[in-house]
Amino acid sequence: MKVVQFLKKALLFDLFEGLWVTFRNQNPKNIYTEQYPLERPPVAERYRGAPRLNLHPQTNETLCIACDLCRIACPENLIVVGFVRDERNRKQLTHFTYDLSRCMFCGLCEDACPVDALELTQDFELASYTREGQIWDRQMLEEGPRPTRYTS
Amino acid sequence: MSTVLDANELVLNMGPQHPSTHGVLRVILKLDGERVTGLDCVIGYLHRGVEKIGENRTYAMFAPYVDRMDYVSAVSNGLGYCLTVEKLLGVVAPPRAQITRVILTELNRIASHLLWLGTHALDVGAITPLFYCMREREEALKIFENYCGARLTTHAFRIGGLQYQLQEGFEEQVRAFCEMFPAKIDEYERLLTGNRIWRDRLEGVGILTVEDCKELGVTGPLLRAAGLAWDLRKAIPYSGYERYEFDVPTGSRGDTLDRYTVRMEEMRQSVRIMKQAVANIPSGPIMAKVPKVIKPPAGECYVSIEAPKGELGYFIVSDGTLNPYRVRVRPPGFLNLQALERMAKGALVADVVAIIGTIDFVMGEVDR
Repeated sequence: MKVVQFLKKALLFDLFEGLWVTFRNQNPKNIYTEQYPLERPPVAERYRGAPRLNLHPQTNETLCIACDLCRIACPENLIVVGFVRDERNRKQLTHFTYDLSRCMFCGLCEDACPVDALELTQDFELASYTREGQIWDRQMLEEGPRPTRYTS
Repeated sequence: MSTVLDANELVLNMGPQHPSTHGVLRVILKLDGERVTGLDCVIGYLHRGVEKIGENRTYAMFAPYVDRMDYVSAVSNGLGYCLTVEKLLGVVAPPRAQITRVILTELNRIASHLLWLGTHALDVGAITPLFYCMREREEALKIFENYCGARLTTHAFRIGGLQYQLQEGFEEQVRAFCEMFPAKIDEYERLLTGNRIWRDRLEGVGILTVEDCKELGVTGPLLRAAGLAWDLRKAIPYSGYERYEFDVPTGSRGDTLDRYTVRMEEMRQSVRIMKQAVANIPSGPIMAKVPKVIKPPAGECYVSIEAPKGELGYFIVSDGTLNPYRVRVRPPGFLNLQALERMAKGALVADVVAIIGTIDFVMGEVDR
C-alpha cells in the first residue's frame, strides 16, 4: 500500500487528473466568452434596466396619469412628477424626471404604476459624461436613450 | 534586560486593499517571523448604515436594501426579511410562492458557494477552478435574470409572496441546471480534492472546534465542518423545508479541508432539494392577502434562516407605524469573522489567506 501511495505521489497522478479536466475543457464548443462591445448580449425579457415612459401606440399620447404612485413607492425618492389640472380638473402630466444616478433598479416604481406607463426596459448602457446626464427628463424617458454603436 | 532588538514582533497590516481579504477587511497581524502570534480585525470600511436606512423606509421599500448586504446571496437575504415581516403581519405565503422561494434560495446557495470555491481556490493558488465556477454560476444567474430581471441584487420576493409569475420554461431551466450541475461538481473535485498542493495547504489549517463555534456564535458550514449537524432548515424549518429530503453534511476535524468538503456536499444537497421542489410546483396564487399599505401591529419578532454562510437573522421592532422602529440584522459573516483570530493563531501568514477564504464572508454584510 505504501508503495502504491509513493508511486502515485512520484508519478504526479493527482496533477495529471486535474490536467485532464482542463484539457477536456479546451474543446472550442466550451467557449463561454461574450464579445460584449462587438455583440450585445441578449438580456432577459424581464430585465430591469433603463426606465421608459410608455406612449399610447395609436394616439402617441403619454399613458401616464400623473397619479404620483411611483414617486411614493420609490425608496430613493428620485422621481419627480409634475402635473397641472385641466379645465375638467383632471391631472395632465407636464414634466417627469428620473434620477438614474441614484436608482437601484428595484422595480418598485414599475410595480406601483397602475396603467403600465412606467417600465424598466432591457437597455443597460446607461453611462454618461456628466452627472446631469443621469437625470432623465420626460423626453428622454419617452424616446429612450440613444443607442450606442461601437462597430464602425 | 530587553532591548529594542529583542522586540522581534512585527506588526503588519493586511488589507484593506489586499486582494485576498475579500473586500475591505483590514487585518493587523502580529508576527514572529512567519508565525502569527495575534491579529486584530478592523471592520467598518463598507459601513453604509443599512439598519438605519431601514428606520426611514416603509417595510416594502426596505426590501431592496437587504439584497445589498450579502450581495452574493441576495435571494436569501430577501427571504429572511420577507419571512420576518410576514411573521409580524401574521400572514403565510401561499404554497406556490413557498416552493418557488425554496428553489431560488437553493439556487442562490449554489451560486454563493461557487463564488466562494472559485475565490478560495484562487487565494490558495489554483486559478482554473475560478473560471469553471464562474461558468456555472452564470447559468444560475441567468435563471434569476429570467425570473425577476436582475442577476445579483435580485429583489425577487415581496412581503407576502412573489411579485412575478414564474416565466415560461422556468421549470425546464431549473431541471436543466440540476441535470448539468452534479457532473460539474465532480469536475471541481477532480481538480482539487486529490490535488496534493490543495491538500497540503488546507489539511490541519485553521482548526475550529465545536466548543469554539458555540462560544463565538459561529454557524453555517464552519460549525458543520467542526462536527455539529446544526442546520436551521432541519432544526426550525421555514418556507416548507420540512417537506424535502436532504442530508446535513458534517466534518470531523474542523479544519479548512473539512469546510471545503462540507460545502461541496451542500451543493449536491441543494441540487437534491431543487429536484424535489421543481417536481411538484402547485398552481394557485403567488401572493397572500397583504394590505397595500403594510402596517404591522406593534411588537417585535426575530426570524432566522439558513443562509449560504450561516444563520441569517432579522430582528424587527414595529411600533405600529409605516416604518419599522428598529431593524437589526444578525449576519452570519460578522459572527463567523470573529473566529478568525482563534483559527489563525500560530499559523503562517500564507495560511491566514486560506483561513480568510474559508470563512466565506462578504464585507457588505459584516459592516452593513
